[in-house]
Amino acid sequence: MITLNTPISDDDIKLLRSGEKVLLSGTMYTARDQAHLRLINEKELPFELNGSVIYYVGPTPKREGFSIGASGPTSSYRMDKLAVPLMERGLKIMIGKGDRSEEFRHEMIKNNSCYLIATGGTGALLSSKITSSELILYEDLGAEAVYKLEVKDFPCFVAYDIYGKNIFKDN
Amino acid sequence: MRTIDLNKVTDIVKESVIKINYELDNSLIALIQKAKANETKEISKSILSDILENSNIAKEGNIPLCQDTGIVVVFLEVGTDVKVNGDIYEAINQGVRLGYDQGYLRKSVVNHPFNRENTKDNSPAIIHTKLVSGDKIKLHIAAKGGGSENMSTVVMLTPTEGIEGVKKLVLDTIFNAGGKPCPPIIVGIGIGGNFEKSAILAKEALLRELDDSSKDQTIKQLEDELYIDINKLGVGPMGVGGETTCLAVKINYFPMHIASLPVAINIQCHSARHIEVIL
Repeated sequence: MITLNTPISDDDIKLLRSGEKVLLSGTMYTARDQAHLRLINEKELPFELNGSVIYYVGPTPKREGFSIGASGPTSSYRMDKLAVPLMERGLKIMIGKGDRSEEFRHEMIKNNSCYLIATGGTGALLSSKITSSELILYEDLGAEAVYKLEVKDFPCFVAYDIYGKNIFKDN
Repeated sequence: MRTIDLNKVTDIVKESVIKINYELDNSLIALIQKAKANETKEISKSILSDILENSNIAKEGNIPLCQDTGIVVVFLEVGTDVKVNGDIYEAINQGVRLGYDQGYLRKSVVNHPFNRENTKDNSPAIIHTKLVSGDKIKLHIAAKGGGSENMSTVVMLTPTEGIEGVKKLVLDTIFNAGGKPCPPIIVGIGIGGNFEKSAILAKEALLRELDDSSKDQTIKQLEDELYIDINKLGVGPMGVGGETTCLAVKINYFPMHIASLPVAINIQCHSARHIEVIL
């Protein structure tokens, strides 16, 4: 098991091996399909993309006194093409669920980034690892808006590493 | 004639969509526990443990099981001796609106394929209606997530492809879906009818009791064989490999045209959320 803190460096990425459990702490940003469509066209962003972590999630509304609603991963393959320009601008870790395209995997390796998976359908459990959430972009997208999350020991597994291993094929 | 107050329909839909999104059925939990005991790889076991822990946190911590609280699907059976004063579809949709608001559930419905504008209240529900004899209304209410629905399919096989053709289609579909539909899955298969009937049969199959079997011997045997063969695929929990790819296989069938063998495969994630209520 590896513990990681954001921001993520190139050396951090080298440590990650497919199949290994990771506990991630620090800051991550949420983005799904529609937010990606907009993010790739933004020249300036209100957060540092270099060394960042994007979590593919659209949470449920939060109750009073909670840091966030249920927050499990959505399927990553829908963001395959849209993730490439973000990795080129320094996005280091993407967290979602399920297998992705070979094209994505090659681009990920080329950009020295990494793809992690969290357990789908465990939104209640995963939300307990999120200590705060703050809306930062695209409020009109509702659950698909971009939120800044603070997380503590957020549990994931390395799905694709930069050495070419794929948890869905090689495990 | 028995008159049923549509406010009761709205209330029961509201309560049901909240309940199913916070609480897994005990029979489903028992199957996941059994699957966990059967897994040998640490990562696969650990994923199933997380799924079980998640169900406790959701129920006790007042937080939905999954962030995808689904689009609502209702199989509505109306007895022909029932009278309602008004629009029963609107009463159901009002229950959806109230439930998704008051239950802090995600609004996951958009009103147009391309402008993708959210309806902001999770309506409309998808409602399938049957007229039956009697003086009751039965609603089977499901909250269906997008991830597993996206991995579903309808294929028009030719009659001579037969059982082997159906098996190959099911196994290919589930293998290719991999971890995307959140395995361990429940597989609903509709065989026969026509193009649209097969899809509805597959959806209805997903709503059957987890421990039942088809009453038709040939279909029951196919359910049993597919259960074994799907689990031999090795997709495993969340696609990381393992013994458990599916928790159950349910097949419903219907007569069909001499030229056709329609097959629909509807995939349900491990968070199978549905309930039957009778008014």
